[in-house]
Amino acid sequence: MSVLEIDHLAVDLPVEGVLRRVLHDVTLPIAPGEAVGLVGESGAGKSMVSRAVIRLLPEGAAVHGDIRYAGDSVLAMGRPALRHFRTHDVAMIFQDPRAHINPVRTVGDFLVEALVERGERRESATTTVTALLASVGVSDPERRFRQFPHELSGGLLQRVMIAAALAVSPTLLLADEPTTALDVTTQSDVMVILDARRRERGLAMLFVTHDLELAAAVCDRIAVLYAGLLIEDVPTGDLRRDLRHPYTAGLLASRPDPVSPRRRLAAIPGRPLSAFEIGPGCPFAPRCPFAVARCLSERPELRDLDTGRVACHRAEELRGQLLSIATPGAASA
Amino acid sequence: MPEDSILEVRGLRKVYRVRASRADPGPAGSALLGHPLARRQRARALVAVDDVSFSVAPGQSLAVVGESGSGKTTVARMVVGLERPTGGTIWVSGQERSWRHVTSRERRRRAREVQIIFQDPYSSLDPRMSVRGCLDESLRLHFDWGRERRDARVAELLDQVGLDRRQAESLPRALSGGQRQRVAIARALASEPRVLICDEAVASLDVSIQAQVLNLLSDIRDATGVSYLFISHDLAVVRQVSDNVVIMRRGRVVEAGPTASVLSDPSNGYTKQLLAAIPRPGWKPTRSASPDES
Amino acid sequence: MARVEAPLVAPTEAPSRRRLDWVLVSTSSVIALLVIMAVFAPLLAPDDPNYANILATNQGPSAAHLLGTDSFGRDLLSRLIYGARLSLLGPALIIVIATLVGTALAILSAWYGGWFDRVASRVADILFAFPGLIFAMLAVAMFGPGLLAPVVALSISYTPYLMRVVRAEALRQRNLPYVAACYVEGLRVRTICTRHILRNVMPLLLVQAALSFGYALVDLAAISYLGLGVQPPTPEWGVMVSTGQSAILAGHPQESLLAGLMIVVTVVAFNLLGDRLATRQKGVVRA
Repeated sequence: MSVLEIDHLAVDLPVEGVLRRVLHDVTLPIAPGEAVGLVGESGAGKSMVSRAVIRLLPEGAAVHGDIRYAGDSVLAMGRPALRHFRTHDVAMIFQDPRAHINPVRTVGDFLVEALVERGERRESATTTVTALLASVGVSDPERRFRQFPHELSGGLLQRVMIAAALAVSPTLLLADEPTTALDVTTQSDVMVILDARRRERGLAMLFVTHDLELAAAVCDRIAVLYAGLLIEDVPTGDLRRDLRHPYTAGLLASRPDPVSPRRRLAAIPGRPLSAFEIGPGCPFAPRCPFAVARCLSERPELRDLDTGRVACHRAEELRGQLLSIATPGAASA
Repeated sequence: MPEDSILEVRGLRKVYRVRASRADPGPAGSALLGHPLARRQRARALVAVDDVSFSVAPGQSLAVVGESGSGKTTVARMVVGLERPTGGTIWVSGQERSWRHVTSRERRRRAREVQIIFQDPYSSLDPRMSVRGCLDESLRLHFDWGRERRDARVAELLDQVGLDRRQAESLPRALSGGQRQRVAIARALASEPRVLICDEAVASLDVSIQAQVLNLLSDIRDATGVSYLFISHDLAVVRQVSDNVVIMRRGRVVEAGPTASVLSDPSNGYTKQLLAAIPRPGWKPTRSASPDES
Repeated sequence: MARVEAPLVAPTEAPSRRRLDWVLVSTSSVIALLVIMAVFAPLLAPDDPNYANILATNQGPSAAHLLGTDSFGRDLLSRLIYGARLSLLGPALIIVIATLVGTALAILSAWYGGWFDRVASRVADILFAFPGLIFAMLAVAMFGPGLLAPVVALSISYTPYLMRVVRAEALRQRNLPYVAACYVEGLRVRTICTRHILRNVMPLLLVQAALSFGYALVDLAAISYLGLGVQPPTPEWGVMVSTGQSAILAGHPQESLLAGLMIVVTVVAFNLLGDRLATRQKGVVRA
């Protein structure tokens, strides 16, 4: 059974008093201990998915479909149940740790608070948290404990946030672009820690990012979101070996490689669309080199294909051809 | 004085005077925070750029790579004249740049030598000026052309950066991030500069748009023979656009050389770390050797 | 590297053609009516505002005097219409002067910074310490009553207020990359400040001017009420509130009430307008 089941999720957000669609249809199960990378460009609605899971959407948002945690509908939860869900079962790591930590309280207070709230004694909570800080690679945890958020660098603060997320012993981690604001070497450090702690504890994770390669490095499955629609869901191992969707192939080909010789990038024409802008057909059709008339008029269903799922009318026939687009990827896979 | 380079920088240095701050509380500093005495702490010298030298040949592309705090953006701002160097010399087209009495006339002359494209396409265009207004302003400033000639040039520039001519009357807010960045590139090209500085010019773009803009920059170089000074943190992007590379860390150059050889066989430990940190096919995150930052 | 999160609303979308904004329409029409009233007072007023008829004092509304007469038997409607002239002219002068001077100082401070900014800001701080009314009374004591002294005094005391608000925004604009791009292009500083920075602080400026207009009108009316501003028998709303007072006790409150009502309507119209402009801007501001 899945720990989290996102079932035909659609979200409308109020924009100037009018509801506007930001997610059309997302169906995504996450198994216990499984890491799923949710990848998309701006406007795809990827952050909306993670926010919808813990019901952190702006006021006035309309949510359709269902989200089930261990079989219980998150959307139907009352206040006490939602509170229990948020404090015991799920933890979220945000892109900007500074915006999600109280700047006038010490790091120690922030970390211990959540545990004390759950009825743990302060002393034991302090011990737990100190050990956690050490485990996320924070040196001299006792000193950090007394420091304020502004005294810590972004990378260090993000590790503190990971420690805070782990402190409540959740079964599901939601990571929303956790390393986007960090330098690349710091990103690497933070990802090592996040990945190791997650595996060690067997946590499920929804990893939201714009970086397909980063997601591929730490996730078991990759789900690709485009204009509010899930268009592909594939095991990471098959991502490059067996390309099934032209958009995913295009994304892989767009990214230059630091070591292989320079080549002209196979850029996807046009720009990523937002959910409310798309027509009746496949959202990617206007940019797709393989689009046929049917693609513009009929929206492809997300259907099973071998090890994964794909929403493309021509997925079967394109399977072989797409490899040629993302050449360097194919070579190294 | 260098003859064969279009841009040459030697011993460039920038020191900021900053009040000792929270980030550096000093020995007993943290106890004094917020206390009136804390303000008495002496201004501290922050060396942002320290002894940086490089040169760019005509039509060549040099990348300056580093993470935040490396001083790479400060280098760009000094070359383009937005910051005054504390020390060192900058030559453009063999002429030394002076920082005394830079009149607007002198700035106009320099604008025809060096132009810059900024990172954030959302704030690098005047929100109240149309695409045409923006390009026309630059053309009027640098050329003594009539209306028709300028309009023709605006159309040409739009074609060159891959924008629809019908978008000339749009305000920036009607354009996407990628389109805005194309406008910024067109504006930078309007004065026909010899050096184009790209300060993280593709860092905030979506991956698919990033590829388009990188291809565009390479097309522009082929068409105009402009030189690039490419400021970036992303070695993958740098591989794509540069012939030579300078790796900076904490204001200093740690490695320099042809991009292909530096990236395929880095000699400096930091360059290796930086390279190892770029997500790419088959990549796994690794711990960098760097000690815990504070 | 910090990424720019694209705004939720796609930037390609044209600025939405909203439905008619009723608050905006109604407040601007009220203001337009007031201005028309002031400009065309001689055409609109049924009577000479200063013609006193001692046989018809404190009359209620009638066919001859639509709003009745005051304690001198003058036609109230005509006095209210003529009163709009000075009542609006005063605040208008104050706001024009304070906005021009305040904006110029604000943009120069933001651009040059350094000692210029420090001196301008400190002077503004000192002026802030003087309540505008007291400042105006001081000016009247020195230069005698009338419109000029309070207008000059209030212009001076409103300038730092406008300057402070505009300076913050000008400083923000000055540090945006598009201004750096203008500088690199070789644009003259004057051109950058007027064509780019000023144009971008303009919406904020309009909001502040509209809001300040209301305050200035109240301040001027208070000065007139105290007998320090425009002198009777000149028709002006603040003066009318004051002169009508004696008749209130006699059971004829119409003069004070009507003049007071005009003040309230005008102030509310300007405040609502300013407020509305401010909220509309928030929607338009770039992501």
